[in-house]
Amino acid sequence: MLPETLSEEPLAQAIEAHNAAALRGGLRAVGELSLEIDPAHIVDVLRMMKQQEQFNRLSSVTAVDWYPVEPRFEVVYYLHSLPRNLRLRLKCRLRGDAAEIDSATAVWDAANWYEREVFDLFGIQFRNHPDLRRIMMPDDWEGHPLRRDFPVHGHKYSYQNE
Amino acid sequence: MSELDLQSASVEAERHGETRRMTLNMGPQHPSTHGVLRILLELEGEVILKAQPVLGYLHTGIEKQCEALNWNQVTTLTDRADYLANLSNNLAYALAVERLLQLEIPPKAQWMRVLLCELTRINSHVVWLGTHAMDLGAMTVFFYCFREREELLKIFEKFSGQRLMTSYIRIGGLALEPPRDWREPVENFIKGFPAKVDEYEALLNANPIFLKRTQGVGTLALDRLLDLGVTGPMIRAAGLGWDIRKAEPYSSYDKFDFKVPVYQESDVFSRYRVRMEEMRESAKIVQQAMDGMPEGPHMADAPHVVYPEREKMKTQMEALIYHFKIVTEGMRVPVGEACVPVESPRGEIAYHVVSDGTAKPHRVFMRTPSFGNLQSLTPLFEGRLIADTIAALGSMDFVLGDVDR
Repeated sequence: MLPETLSEEPLAQAIEAHNAAALRGGLRAVGELSLEIDPAHIVDVLRMMKQQEQFNRLSSVTAVDWYPVEPRFEVVYYLHSLPRNLRLRLKCRLRGDAAEIDSATAVWDAANWYEREVFDLFGIQFRNHPDLRRIMMPDDWEGHPLRRDFPVHGHKYSYQNE
Repeated sequence: MSELDLQSASVEAERHGETRRMTLNMGPQHPSTHGVLRILLELEGEVILKAQPVLGYLHTGIEKQCEALNWNQVTTLTDRADYLANLSNNLAYALAVERLLQLEIPPKAQWMRVLLCELTRINSHVVWLGTHAMDLGAMTVFFYCFREREELLKIFEKFSGQRLMTSYIRIGGLALEPPRDWREPVENFIKGFPAKVDEYEALLNANPIFLKRTQGVGTLALDRLLDLGVTGPMIRAAGLGWDIRKAEPYSSYDKFDFKVPVYQESDVFSRYRVRMEEMRESAKIVQQAMDGMPEGPHMADAPHVVYPEREKMKTQMEALIYHFKIVTEGMRVPVGEACVPVESPRGEIAYHVVSDGTAKPHRVFMRTPSFGNLQSLTPLFEGRLIADTIAALGSMDFVLGDVDR
């Protein structure tokens, strides 16, 4: 059953018709549509979007950390349809103790580096990713800098007394 | 093995018709990477079997720093991501925050933004052309290009007081009222510029070395490019006329008349042709913006967001209070998230801005064109000759500050 906020959105209806368990909610705010997808069904929805709804581009993948609220992580997918000139934001919420989701590289190659970046900076694991290594930080770095509980200053080393 | 042993071993191997695989480390301090990019190449003879880019040498944690600064301060960091197209970055960030604030931007500020972004496009393409041509052995083009770049930097300095990190486009409009005599240098530059592009083309279009090194080199099919997340001139050189300025007009780009150059070959030469024509089109847009520049304020009428005018602060109580609030607490942005794509010289740039209602952004994600375009490096290199790497690398036109952030 579609929530009332989404009853006018054809894209939400398409997801609902394709896989009723996938859509969790969403809203259109400041002219941008975001839909929340169940993490277990994300690859299915992405593939459906690409094959049936003409979303031929994955613009980017990123994450937002809402620490200390649980589920703290929000993995955000920006889809873009060139033929329809449409943009769509999909989100998956993940708990801090189960920060794991299927990789979108099976659908778009573009997801490769974006997911590596999210893995590196947020510590979210992507299942079935072909090459999940750190991309920005050194390989021996401890911690994930874009988490909200990672300090902006004074990680590990303190230079105050020098 | 000593060096001599290695040499004799390879001679021995060649005599028996065997080839050895070699791993070559290109960069991080290679001149043609224009920054610090490292690529691990696995070679068999002159053919690249595997190419693996290693990023992160310029990672400065800009997105993390954004979370520690207030909304207005972040503008200065956006300059430093893509340091060749700083005004496009300013604009992408400002547009996203303005969408959250639901601000109405006065027409003069919008047109001025268009004018400055097109000058930025010329500036970026000129630097690209000069360095790309120099990588391919055409030294003179570099000097010609940097001659024009100097003029552009003087224009930016006139507007903002800064040559490189201008931060001139702010949330709500422009940082300052444009200087009274801004038209003269812009007019002079735009008048002479098409002839300068002719000069560059005269040096390159019939240059046999340049043609041999660029035509048919670094090709990649359009659907592969789209799959890899490539945007901008690389897409337009592969036969798709997609330009965000036309498809999703922002800042009143829909009021300007310009063409989107498209080529079909998807090789290094067609990318060069696309960018050359883009420079000519940008010059036309600047001319239109100058001719039709509306009058009016340069900042939106939103006292809770924009700094009040200096004069008003000295005479009006409210202006003083607003200034004090914005400076000490920072302005607040309503809860929500926004993302406005902008066509930067390199492709699609979009800032995903998340606000939790406080004076600092909760999250600023920069979807930068260089990062997306650089993903095409591996398929552009693998199975090709090592001599073509420099041409292919240059044709991508990435900025490492934009890749690593």
